[in-house]
Amino acid sequence: MNRLTVTATGPLTTIQDVTGRPGRADLGVGVSGAADRAALRLANRLVGNDEGAAGLEATLGGLAFRVTTTSLVAVTGAPAPVRIGGRPGDLHRAVVVPAGSKVRLGTPSCGLRSYVAVRGGLAVDPVLGSRATDTVAGLGPPVVATGDELPVGPPPSSPVPAVDVAPEATGATLRVVLGPRHDWFADDAVAAFLRTTWTVTDDANRVGFRLDGPELTRAPGHGGAELPSEGVIRGSVQVPPSGRPTVFLADHPVTGGYPVIGVVLDADTDRAGQLRPGSAVRFRRVSVPPVGRT
Amino acid sequence: MTRTVRPCGDTGLLVELDTLPEVLALHAALAAAPPDGVVDLVPAARTVLLRVRSAADLATVADDVRTREPASTADRETDGEVTEIAVTYDGEDLDDVVAHTGLAREEVVAAHTGQVWTVAFAGFTPGFGYLASDGDDRLHVPRRSSSRTRVPAGAVGLAGEFSGIYPRESPGGWQLIGRTDHVLWDLDRDPPAVLVPGARIRFRAT
Repeated sequence: MNRLTVTATGPLTTIQDVTGRPGRADLGVGVSGAADRAALRLANRLVGNDEGAAGLEATLGGLAFRVTTTSLVAVTGAPAPVRIGGRPGDLHRAVVVPAGSKVRLGTPSCGLRSYVAVRGGLAVDPVLGSRATDTVAGLGPPVVATGDELPVGPPPSSPVPAVDVAPEATGATLRVVLGPRHDWFADDAVAAFLRTTWTVTDDANRVGFRLDGPELTRAPGHGGAELPSEGVIRGSVQVPPSGRPTVFLADHPVTGGYPVIGVVLDADTDRAGQLRPGSAVRFRRVSVPPVGRT
Repeated sequence: MTRTVRPCGDTGLLVELDTLPEVLALHAALAAAPPDGVVDLVPAARTVLLRVRSAADLATVADDVRTREPASTADRETDGEVTEIAVTYDGEDLDDVVAHTGLAREEVVAAHTGQVWTVAFAGFTPGFGYLASDGDDRLHVPRRSSSRTRVPAGAVGLAGEFSGIYPRESPGGWQLIGRTDHVLWDLDRDPPAVLVPGARIRFRAT
C-alpha cells in the first residue's frame, strides 16, 4: 500500500475531509472538517478523488513528506511554493511524484491553509464517519507528527480530469446576515460592525479568530445580561463582553454563551479559513431569502 | 407560548422559546420527524438551532417550525428507560452548594438522587449532557465565580438550572458535588454518548 512518510509538519498539519461530522450536534459533536472546504474539494477533483476523500491541511506551510509509490498529488489553498524532488512544482495542478521523492511546502505568500490531496485519499480510520481531526473535541486522527506513516487508499475508479479550474482568489470582504442576536447591540455598534475594517489578531486557530477594532457596545438593557448558551454554526460572529468579535471556523463549539451579532454566509467561511493574523477583513450585510411561504 | 424564528446566516434558523420544557417538546417533535433539508438540530436552554443543507431549504423549514405541534410530555416519557448512575457525593464544592441552597449535605444528596433528570441538550464537549430537573428547583446554584482549569472525568456538578457530568478531563466552572465511574463517552458504542437529548437519568448514592 502507498504511504506518505511525513518528514516535517510546519506549525500545524492535520488530516481533514470536506464533510466532517454533521448530524451529531445533539451528542455535543461539532462538524469540523477542512477550514477551506472549497480548496480541499478542488485538490481532490484535480487528482480524480471522490470529493469526500481525506487530505492534509497544512497551516502556514512547512509540510514535507515522501511517497513510497509513484503518486498523483495536488496542492491548493494558500499558495505555498511547492518543491517535488528538489524541483519547483505547480500549485492547483495534479503532479506526478515519483516513488521515494519528497514533496515540500514552503511558506505561502498569502493565505493561511494549504491542502494536499493524493490520488486514493488518506486511508486513516474514520471516527464517527469522518477522517477529519477535530482539534477541540479530540476526535479523529491525531495531529500529524514528523515520522508519521499515513496510508493512502486505492485509486478510485473515476478518471483524472484533463483540465480543472482553480477558484479565483478574492478579497477579505465576508458577506454576513445580521442576527440572531444583533438586537443585543446598540444601533451604532451594529453600524460600526459593518463599517469597520477589522484586523485578524494572532488569537486564531481552527476554532476561529478574534478581531481587533472598535468595542461593540451592548444595547441598553443588555449591558450586564448573560445569554443562556445556544447553538452556533460555522461563520457565527460572537461578541464576548470585551466587545471584540470572534469569527467561528470549522472546530467551533456546538453551543456558545455570548450573543452572535451576525453569521457569515456558508460559502464565505472558506475564505475566512484563509485569513491569517494581521489580515484586514470587512463584513458586508446581505439578506437571506425571505423566510416565509413558498 | 411564543416561538420566535431568528436568522442564523444562510444555513441556519434559531428558534427561541420561553421555557426549557417547550424546547424539549419542540426538539422531540423535530427529532422524530426532521423537516426536509435539516442536517443538525441543536437544542439548548431556550432555543433550538436548525442547520439546513442550503439557503433554499430555509423558507420551508421556517414554516414547519412555526406551526410544528410540540411532542406531549406523555409521548416523551413513554419511550426510554431510566439509566441509573452511581455517584460518590464527596465533591469539592458541596459546602458551597450547602451555603447557596440552605440545604444540609444529606438534603443536597437526597434532592439530587430523589428525582429523574432529563438530558435537555448536549454541548461544551462530546458526551456532555445538560440535565434538567423534573421541577425541583432546590439545587439551582450559580456557576463558580472562577473556573477550574482541570476538572477530572466523571465529576458531577451543578450550574444554574442544570446538573452535568464531565465525560473527560477538561476545564470547567460547575459546582462539583460528586464523582462517578460511569463511562459517558465510548466511540465503540452507537451512539457513543449516554447522555443524548431526551435520555432520563436517576442518580444513586454509593
